[in-house]
Amino acid sequence: MNMIKNASSASKKAFLNYGIVIVFFIVFQTLVSTGNITSALKGQLIPIVCYMIMAVSLNLVVGISGELSLGHAGFMSVGAFTAVIVSSAMGDAANPAKLVVSMIVGAGVAAIAGFLIGIPVLRLNGDYLAIVTLAFGEIIKNILNCLYVGIDEKGVHFAFNNPDALGMNPLGKVVINGPMGAVGISKIATFPAAVILLMIILIVIQNLVNSRTGRAIMAIRDNRIAAESMGLSPMKYKMLAFTVSASMAGAAGAVYALNYSTLVPKKFDFNTSILVLVFVVLGGIGNMTGSLIAAGVLVVLPELLRKFSDYRMLVYAIVLILVMLVTNNEKLKGRIDTFFKKFRMNIAKGGRKK
Amino acid sequence: MLAHLINGISLGSIYAIIALGYTMVYGIAKMLNFAHGDVIMVGGYISFCSMMYLNLPAPVAVLVAVFVCTVLGIVVERLAYKPLRAATSLAVLITAIGMSYFLQNAALLIWGANPKAFPNMFKNIEAIEIAGARVSPVAIVAIVANLIIMVALTLFTTRTKVGKAMRAVSEDKGAATLMGINVNFTISLTFAIGSGLAAIAGVLLCTAYPTLMPTTGSMPGIKAFTAAVFGGIGSIPGAMIGGILLGIIEILARAYISSELADAIVFGVLIVVLIFRPTGLLGKQIHEKV
Amino acid sequence: MSKSPEVKLVNVPSPNFVPEKDADKPLVLEAAHLGIDFGGLVAVDEFNIGIGATEICGLIGPNGAGKTTIFNLLTKVYEPTRGTIMLGGKDTHNMTPVQVNQMGIARTFQNIRLFDKLSVEENVKIGLHNHIGYHTLSGVFRLPSYWKEEKKSHERALELLDIFGMADLANVTADSLPYGAQRRLEIVRALATGPKLLLLDEPAAGMNPSETEELMNNIRKIRDEFQIAVLLIEHDMNLVMGICESIVVLNFGRIIAKGTPSQIQGNPQVIEAYLGTHRG
Repeated sequence: MNMIKNASSASKKAFLNYGIVIVFFIVFQTLVSTGNITSALKGQLIPIVCYMIMAVSLNLVVGISGELSLGHAGFMSVGAFTAVIVSSAMGDAANPAKLVVSMIVGAGVAAIAGFLIGIPVLRLNGDYLAIVTLAFGEIIKNILNCLYVGIDEKGVHFAFNNPDALGMNPLGKVVINGPMGAVGISKIATFPAAVILLMIILIVIQNLVNSRTGRAIMAIRDNRIAAESMGLSPMKYKMLAFTVSASMAGAAGAVYALNYSTLVPKKFDFNTSILVLVFVVLGGIGNMTGSLIAAGVLVVLPELLRKFSDYRMLVYAIVLILVMLVTNNEKLKGRIDTFFKKFRMNIAKGGRKK
Repeated sequence: MLAHLINGISLGSIYAIIALGYTMVYGIAKMLNFAHGDVIMVGGYISFCSMMYLNLPAPVAVLVAVFVCTVLGIVVERLAYKPLRAATSLAVLITAIGMSYFLQNAALLIWGANPKAFPNMFKNIEAIEIAGARVSPVAIVAIVANLIIMVALTLFTTRTKVGKAMRAVSEDKGAATLMGINVNFTISLTFAIGSGLAAIAGVLLCTAYPTLMPTTGSMPGIKAFTAAVFGGIGSIPGAMIGGILLGIIEILARAYISSELADAIVFGVLIVVLIFRPTGLLGKQIHEKV
Repeated sequence: MSKSPEVKLVNVPSPNFVPEKDADKPLVLEAAHLGIDFGGLVAVDEFNIGIGATEICGLIGPNGAGKTTIFNLLTKVYEPTRGTIMLGGKDTHNMTPVQVNQMGIARTFQNIRLFDKLSVEENVKIGLHNHIGYHTLSGVFRLPSYWKEEKKSHERALELLDIFGMADLANVTADSLPYGAQRRLEIVRALATGPKLLLLDEPAAGMNPSETEELMNNIRKIRDEFQIAVLLIEHDMNLVMGICESIVVLNFGRIIAKGTPSQIQGNPQVIEAYLGTHRG
């Protein structure tokens, strides 16, 4: 208990985030079990948690490590399609076992992808790094578009760019069918499992950030040359953050995929990467609480705006631009601050008169 | 083979014209204007409407598109980017992404999601035969247009006062202001030129690949941006070389390897180039002062 | 000028000399025929230096003489075009700044390079990074070694900050410190990496005379307590003449004089190149 009492402000923030996740879980789990939830929103619960994981893991790269990545969805798709293959290959195993193994393998394969991509990418700076991560995201999508996987009693068959090369016997089942994506996925993901994954990922990220490794990552972000002169290898720590983040996106992808019966590679294109980046930026760079809330609100918001279906994305775009203008322009920020101050003073005065 | 090569140069010329917009804006405002690709789409729709609904002749329709996009470019810069001149590059990038969403969804509301068949401006002209390869007139027009634009822009930035001011602003905004250069005007002008070029590219692109949708501009936009980085962002000849190389690689990959993988190969080449030349083919190397 | 510590310089088996007290100890750093060109321009040439184990050595010269470039060569921010740098008897050819730091060289920067958004204590802990002995996974899973080592590094950080009386500022963010305190924090941070040689780039810049006086005492104290060598670039002649045991004078990228403070003060070439124009 002494530990908690002595906790620094950083650990207090960490506990706040765990609290948010637990409350979120209890509220929605209660709504689900009492049947007080629309089926549309219920269907969104697992994707919301997946996007929360995507947002906090991207924040590790963008906020903590300070590198602008535009290809995060690529790692999500690596995890997603790996999970589809693994869960299909496990056949009759129990669902929880299938889910856990799929997540772990999905995270592992995404970590390998992250490591390999990190080698060339992390040598570059700023905007160049951004465009190359974008390019890798598109490359992953294109490669998955050419991937054919089938399973028969002899095992798993892979083919590239040619479905006829699978060489399965006629009873075999095609699991991933090129641009048509994964078909006939068994929907084994559950909301509690997704929340547990989110919790584990939050713990890992926050403990990592508040350790010597996290300090090293932030030092390299703040001043690479000074960090090098302190004996910290930039490549090592950038790579660590990038790979860990990729594996988390892979785990999120695994849960996401196992929540749908079909899934196309196009789902994880550049636009999805951008969407997650928007969560991170609107939630506040480096602010994990913000990422959680932004991801939750912004995934649900378009659903709530469904009444204005034609206008919802337009409204979304305008809101995004306005938020960026208001939060990043000193003059506008000042004006809004004084407006609120006056507003508050007026309320205070009004109260006194009565 | 020759036909593929010419088609590649032609597609590359369109990329180069778009890439010029990216590169000039990046050079001067140090921002990635993600909405640039969507200006291409707006240019396409405007010329489409001018021809189909107003029955204007094709050259006039192109001029109308250029005019509308130029105004659009200036308005977008004034409303969304100018207030953020002191903000972080990430904030500007997200705003540009927001602008891209806005333009796409506005187009979706105005023109609908169904693809429009773009009229062929050159339907009365036969395909030309060059050394046994049949080349469509639009391919020739794209190549010629690219050459003219390149020469004109090079002359403009090196010979005219405004063009020199543009280069001065891209080198050092503060010093340019002290020299009496109107920085805001110069940046607006850059956006105007870039957007006007995007309109021309939009018309060429839609003539060569005649389906027009609200998302038509996004992929060519990303590829042109890749071309600009490939050639060295900020460099005008770099944009031209990057664009043409990218076009050739894409067409050849499509023809000889796989149309599914063509984009992956294009991006793969970009990555290889950046590994060996971290600032692109013609980009300047910048060292941090210690 | 202020009182010079009267030191006798003795020759060591090389073209260099060190204070008498360090004569029987190996040199901490030795550079020979060092030079670097930037695009055909010779920035530094024929730079030779030997630094004794506990020597305080000054590197002075007019602006643009190449002093910071020498620091960048010694810390391998730049790879030299010519010459060798021996650190504790090892050639640092093709080594990175990270490697030479781990071999015992630490520095501060002329234009302060702190980790602005992190706290003072965290800045020092980053200096301690390679002396904090727990694995990334122990940190992630909060194993006992994490708690033990974090506690140890917290105490060590405060101890180091206390040299400059800054322990009470531990939780302040680095960018909110006043200028002089930022310079002092840079020294503490460099010291935390456990160097054998400390390079200080204009440590007294922007300090008032009483702060400079205190800084001089602290540099001496650090040297005595940690038994390390110090190489410093400084324009404040009171500081240089007051604490340096030997001085190297640089002009146009070349050494124009070497010796004790009193030798340098009396050197007509130095007076012409530097002191003459500097203080009138």
